[in-house]
Amino acid sequence: MANNYYDAADLRKFGKITEWSEELGEKFFDYYGKVFEEGALSAREKSLIALAVSHVVKCPYCIDAYTKDGLEKGITKEEMMEAVHAGAAIESGATLVHGVQMMNKYNKLSM
Amino acid sequence: MATKSLKARHNRLAENNTQLDILNGGVFADGELPYFKDKIENIGKFPLRPKKLEILQINVGYMCNQVCAHCHVDAGPDRKEIMTRETMRQCLEVIKNTGAHTLDLTGGAPEMNPDFRWFVEEAAQAGIEDFIIRSNLTIIRANKKYYDLPEFFKKHNVHVISSMPHYTRGKTDKQRGNGVFDKSITALQDLNAVGYGMPDSSLRLDLVYNPSGAYLPGNQTAMERDFKKALIEDFDIRFHNLFAITNLPIARFLDYLIASENYEDYMYALVEAYNPAAVENLMCTNTISVGWDGWLYDCDFNQMLDLKVASKVKHIKDYNEDVLNDRNIVVSQHCYGCTAGAGSSCQGSVTE
Repeated sequence: MANNYYDAADLRKFGKITEWSEELGEKFFDYYGKVFEEGALSAREKSLIALAVSHVVKCPYCIDAYTKDGLEKGITKEEMMEAVHAGAAIESGATLVHGVQMMNKYNKLSM
Repeated sequence: MATKSLKARHNRLAENNTQLDILNGGVFADGELPYFKDKIENIGKFPLRPKKLEILQINVGYMCNQVCAHCHVDAGPDRKEIMTRETMRQCLEVIKNTGAHTLDLTGGAPEMNPDFRWFVEEAAQAGIEDFIIRSNLTIIRANKKYYDLPEFFKKHNVHVISSMPHYTRGKTDKQRGNGVFDKSITALQDLNAVGYGMPDSSLRLDLVYNPSGAYLPGNQTAMERDFKKALIEDFDIRFHNLFAITNLPIARFLDYLIASENYEDYMYALVEAYNPAAVENLMCTNTISVGWDGWLYDCDFNQMLDLKVASKVKHIKDYNEDVLNDRNIVVSQHCYGCTAGAGSSCQGSVTE
């Protein structure tokens, strides 16, 4: 067994999660597949969203998968990096906006 | 980026048997992944049999002015294999008598064969419905003697299918060499200028997209939409259709996969994307591929692996369509490349 938490080869085995819970696994993959179909948003746009979210949730499997997916869809590296920055901006903004709570609390407790 | 072919570099992958050993070994030999033959046997398609012949594809030589990183032909300026006029005459006899509706000239850069124009002039008289020439585009701008190719193509009403890896300079040049993008754009504008690719024009101009790396092509329709938008907006270039083609693990692309440690992942991706619906329309089922020296193959990929047709008729000089149609198509692990996703052929996807 690999002596680390993440193994890139495990991504290939993702589909095997259905083996231990077929019904829920299949429902998940049906839903997942449907989400990424062309819709009001293009599959290309959804791929960039998925790439940004992959970074925000810090999922190395997802980053590998959606970098590859982006390449398959002809997305350029510049577009990919802009998507990552968009995710990073929201993530850091989400941290910073809590600064307002800190300021509120600070002001309430201070004379 | 290498500037010589595998053959000129004496790379071990220049040997067909070495490539076949790699393709049949590793993850396939140890049973981790199923053999292609077993996959199609499961759907009752083995042995794979030809349908009515529709396309005669002729490779007039491996010489090319480019040394693309992904080239399954291992073509380049150092490749001297060129079809002779004698073999061309044998091909012309077949072209005149075949029931195939499409003639597809490929290479290398087919235009570099010294008898190319003679062959096109002769073949154009044969009444073939769709006469394709696969041009790498840059040859049109490589030398003054090629500048009139758009007019020449127009004169003989040939259908031009051109390689264009991406609508951005970076991706194109990385796969095909520095300066290729700019020359390709100029060549496309030259083709547009004589009428090729215009929406209502009968002068057909299609582009071929293949991935610049170890991944599969995306949806062909979506890629075509993106290419059209970018090429019109940035360069005022028009074309008809985009064909998305999967890179097969052969020759220089196989060399790249191994060197970049992507080989195993790529084979997994191909097998995982195996689409049984694509088997029905595999190009080997309606095509005969003729090598520069006249030997016959089920497809261009088998040609590069020297897997000749499994038939008594093996050479263009002995061509007999009835005998050839009664054969089993030769398959190996590289065939997964043509059944992945929407399927892949020289005319792009085979299921959409």
